[in-house]
Amino acid sequence: MTAASQAMRPVRNPRDRQHHSPLVRWYRRNERLILGLVGIAGFLGFWEFGARAGLVDTFFFSQPTAIAAAAVNEVQLPRFWGDVQASVFEFLVGFLLAIVTAVPLGIIFGWYRRLSYMANPWLNLFNSLPRIALLPLLVLWVGLGVESKIAVVFLGAFFSIIIPTVQGVRTVDRRFLDVAQSFGASQGRLFRSVVAPATVPFIATGLRLGLGRALIGVVVGELYAQTTGLGVIIIKASNNIQPDRMFFAIFIFTFAGVVGVQALRRVEHYFDRWRPSLEEQP
Amino acid sequence: MAESTLALRARGVRMEYRDRSTRERLVAIERMDLDIPHGEFVAIVGPSGCGKSTFLKIVDGLLPATDGEIETGGLGKGPDHAMVFQDSSLFPWYTVMGNVSYGLVCQGVRAKEAHERAMPLIRLVGLEGFEGKYPYQLSGGMQQRANLARALTVDPELLLMDEPFAALDAQTREIMQVELLRIWSQAQKTVIFVTHQIDEAIFLSDRVVVMSARPGRILADISIDLGRPRALDLKRTAAFTAYEDQVWKLIENQLTPVGQGSAQG
Repeated sequence: MTAASQAMRPVRNPRDRQHHSPLVRWYRRNERLILGLVGIAGFLGFWEFGARAGLVDTFFFSQPTAIAAAAVNEVQLPRFWGDVQASVFEFLVGFLLAIVTAVPLGIIFGWYRRLSYMANPWLNLFNSLPRIALLPLLVLWVGLGVESKIAVVFLGAFFSIIIPTVQGVRTVDRRFLDVAQSFGASQGRLFRSVVAPATVPFIATGLRLGLGRALIGVVVGELYAQTTGLGVIIIKASNNIQPDRMFFAIFIFTFAGVVGVQALRRVEHYFDRWRPSLEEQP
Repeated sequence: MAESTLALRARGVRMEYRDRSTRERLVAIERMDLDIPHGEFVAIVGPSGCGKSTFLKIVDGLLPATDGEIETGGLGKGPDHAMVFQDSSLFPWYTVMGNVSYGLVCQGVRAKEAHERAMPLIRLVGLEGFEGKYPYQLSGGMQQRANLARALTVDPELLLMDEPFAALDAQTREIMQVELLRIWSQAQKTVIFVTHQIDEAIFLSDRVVVMSARPGRILADISIDLGRPRALDLKRTAAFTAYEDQVWKLIENQLTPVGQGSAQG
């Protein structure tokens, strides 16, 4: 009896101790977030320290506190808010136009094989083409105003959205189409009950890609046709050698991208709630 | 007159298709004549590739056949037939309720009424309390219960079941066989049950139709006189194993042992 129990080894995870202080448990729950913040703070800290110690040339690279000061200064200018408004407007109009045209067209092209044969050469051509290269042509057509930027945002996003959407419709599982047909679903119901939900993940991928392209469109459009917008702040700050202002404007674009992707993820999650999330998977 | 008592009448059903890579014409089903009276439970067994699932799809109208005629006769006001598909054919984006009421919604029944009419079937297959779950939250056996309920909800005369338990583990499969007999005796349907599992075919059916390897045709049509209701211990009786031997011998002759080569290919 005792000999046997001596030969046995404990199989419980020794690291899995039951009693932890509340602080440790709180840390464990939020470990990812905390370490992420530590990573960001660490980098900014080094940058600031390097600048103060003279290791980083602030003439070119600025420093976090200077960027923060520039931000505080900038947001008090009425012109700044005008620029923000212009950029947001260009982005929203161009991106939304791309969504409302690319998603339905993508579904139609994916569904009607012959139509897609006709559309494919154009889709592939435009997808391979760096759409930014069309900017001078667009400016020639619609001028330096807000229209040229909306157009380049639209072109950037449209093809990024339509191509995965077509792909999604094309790859709808044959079994589900059989089920719908077997139960006598009308063409419209087939679309709503099978094609649309099966294509959601593909559309979501397209929207994420398109969002990035749309932001690029805003920046490059404004850098090229320097009228208003956050891109103009970058150009003007660059001309005046003000890296702190440039960093601030760049940060706003980055922030817009992050927020946009998160918002899309929410929407996607809503439409995809029938899919097991990673934690739920057995 | 005689025709009105039949749930299915198939005459000379022939299915050919062209192999995409070799451009060769293959005969999947040589010729199928099959009569199934109302209320009968018929299993179709055969080696894989014998065209038994293809036959079901032809009956359901999912595939056009090369030749032949099919007549399905309904007694009530429901559709003539409905299909219980193989595993994971539930729409993953609909809940159990959404899936089970799907056929009714396709017929134009309003969602609320469709849900009310689906509920008794959900209860019948033993899924009460799971109406709001998505398929991924169900076990394989429960998914096939929902799959069965989906077909039963449209109140078809003829249930077409295409290897519905093939993907289940052995124990769940046996439980589902017993469950299917219980549901069948309550729902009063005609069933064509396609399977490659010989014991499953015999246990469930009034008749077992044995098909040959490709090109598929009917080798034998065996009446199973084992009485009802049936319980699982029936599978260990001498009468049952005698049927198993009979069917297995028919199928065994159709199989080509690897390496021996055969014109059947």
